[in-house]
Amino acid sequence: MAKLNDKIFEGKRSSAEIADTAFKFFGLACTLFGMFILVVLMFDIIARGFHRISWEFITNLPSRRAASAGIYTAWVGTLWIMVVTALIAFPIGISAGLYLEEYNKKGRFANFLEINIANLAGVPSIIYGLLGLEIFARFLHFGQSVLTGACTLALLILPIIIVSTREALKSVPYSIREASYALGATKWKTMWNQVLPASIAGIFTGVILALSRAIGETAPLVVIGALAFVPFVPGGVFDSFTVLPIQIFNWISRPQKEFSENAAAAIIILLLITFVMNGIGVYIRYTWQKKIKW
Amino acid sequence: MKNLHETIIERFLLFCSLITIFTTLGIIGVLLFETISFFREVSIVEFLTDTEWTPLFSAKRFGVMPLFAGTFLTTIIALVVAIPLGLTISVYLSEYADKRFRSIVKPVLEVLAAVPTVVYGFFALVYVTPLLQKIIPDLAGFNALSPGIVMGIMILPLISSLSEDALYAVPKVLREGSFALGATKFQTARKVMLPAAFSGISVSIILAISRAIGETMIVAIAAGQQPRLTFNPLVPIETATTYIVQVSQGDVPHDSIEYKTIFSVGITLFVITLILNNISFWLKKRYHQAYR
Repeated sequence: MAKLNDKIFEGKRSSAEIADTAFKFFGLACTLFGMFILVVLMFDIIARGFHRISWEFITNLPSRRAASAGIYTAWVGTLWIMVVTALIAFPIGISAGLYLEEYNKKGRFANFLEINIANLAGVPSIIYGLLGLEIFARFLHFGQSVLTGACTLALLILPIIIVSTREALKSVPYSIREASYALGATKWKTMWNQVLPASIAGIFTGVILALSRAIGETAPLVVIGALAFVPFVPGGVFDSFTVLPIQIFNWISRPQKEFSENAAAAIIILLLITFVMNGIGVYIRYTWQKKIKW
Repeated sequence: MKNLHETIIERFLLFCSLITIFTTLGIIGVLLFETISFFREVSIVEFLTDTEWTPLFSAKRFGVMPLFAGTFLTTIIALVVAIPLGLTISVYLSEYADKRFRSIVKPVLEVLAAVPTVVYGFFALVYVTPLLQKIIPDLAGFNALSPGIVMGIMILPLISSLSEDALYAVPKVLREGSFALGATKFQTARKVMLPAAFSGISVSIILAISRAIGETMIVAIAAGQQPRLTFNPLVPIETATTYIVQVSQGDVPHDSIEYKTIFSVGITLFVITLILNNISFWLKKRYHQAYR
């Protein structure tokens, strides 16, 4: 009887162990599969578009003929949008993060603000497009300009900047603030001279990651009416504009193979910008984490 | 004098945080304003129960169901891809993989979430759809299946990373207790870790659903523009988000009924994602309390 029990026990154990090993390999396979898709995506796009990338492609104006069409207006537009969005979103986002983390952390109002920001972060980006269309483009009469696009995207990335600013501020030990107060510094002096410099790298990381998200956004800009065919480069914030994602979307929508190749080539440029920005963000976070040991 | 200086700065910081509230009020205000004027012309009953959506044709019908059938179809396909894959990866990374492997894999997988969605749309249209057509000859050039799968890849890191965080937050003693009873890692993961991290995992899945419902470019590029009340993943459909893009691209007069429809579709989308997001906040709050 005892022997029989042993056998059953051993049998059970081994089947559990087989399942365990099987899952180990299955899990590894799934993980590698996820990364494999990323590689396939990259290779496919490079294979389709790399031969189209040339100096002319980067400096040519848009054209109805695929072979002579370039992305000059698109990447300059992306640059415009990036800079103006940054100018609007950074001061507001960092200030709001500072207020929530340092000035008014507890209480009903703070709680309400926090829930509101979390909700905003979950609103689909296309809804921000509807907001921008009505408020900035129509009500404030900015039209389909760089300013409308930048304001819309700034509101879109504001929650991300606020949350990452708060995270960065949290990592500054409380003793730094107390030391500053003990020396007679006011609240703002403490913030400006101690807390902000100590957390600036973390804040920048969040801000850069947020911007890189804004660069890839297409839907809200389509909704506010950004045009695909803009034959000139914007000279100011009230000019109309196009951006890389919209140019790509426009090229994808055409049936000819040549335009699809153009789209792939423009995607390579867009991915390059996105990854470089993400890389900078991660690099700042990495070196900063290494340097500072509280 | 000093005090005044400090007060002004604090007021300014407060004002900056209030902008987030103005944004919310702006969104709700804009959506409600246009939607109310939409419902002056179209009955809410028709909007919710009619089975045809043809505001851009001369015989206009305003049943929103086909659009949301499209949205839910692509979302479900995305979840069928992302949930099993994401959960397996999260369990593998937290329970099996060594630290170095995990520290490399996690950021690489998160790159999947950083890729602009217009790129995924292109990938779905020119790579995944033709690939699937070799297996399923009946598959139309625009369909729900291909963008659904690609959307699943897009939300994969959301599920795998957040679920892994949730598994990581489970107290070590639970896992060790299970090992001490002779359970294998797989048994521990299935019977102890996953149930213990259940609410955290649910949060990740709900956020993924919300993201998939609001996703625009992938479906706008690869799923088609034909509102259709169907659950057949092989034919062209139109999602709610695609419809908004479609109307925005055309030249629709600003006070026309066609223009107002995008806000009525928008508010429906907004309400659905708002509910999902708040369920996830509620769950998150509960699970934070559970282990403190």
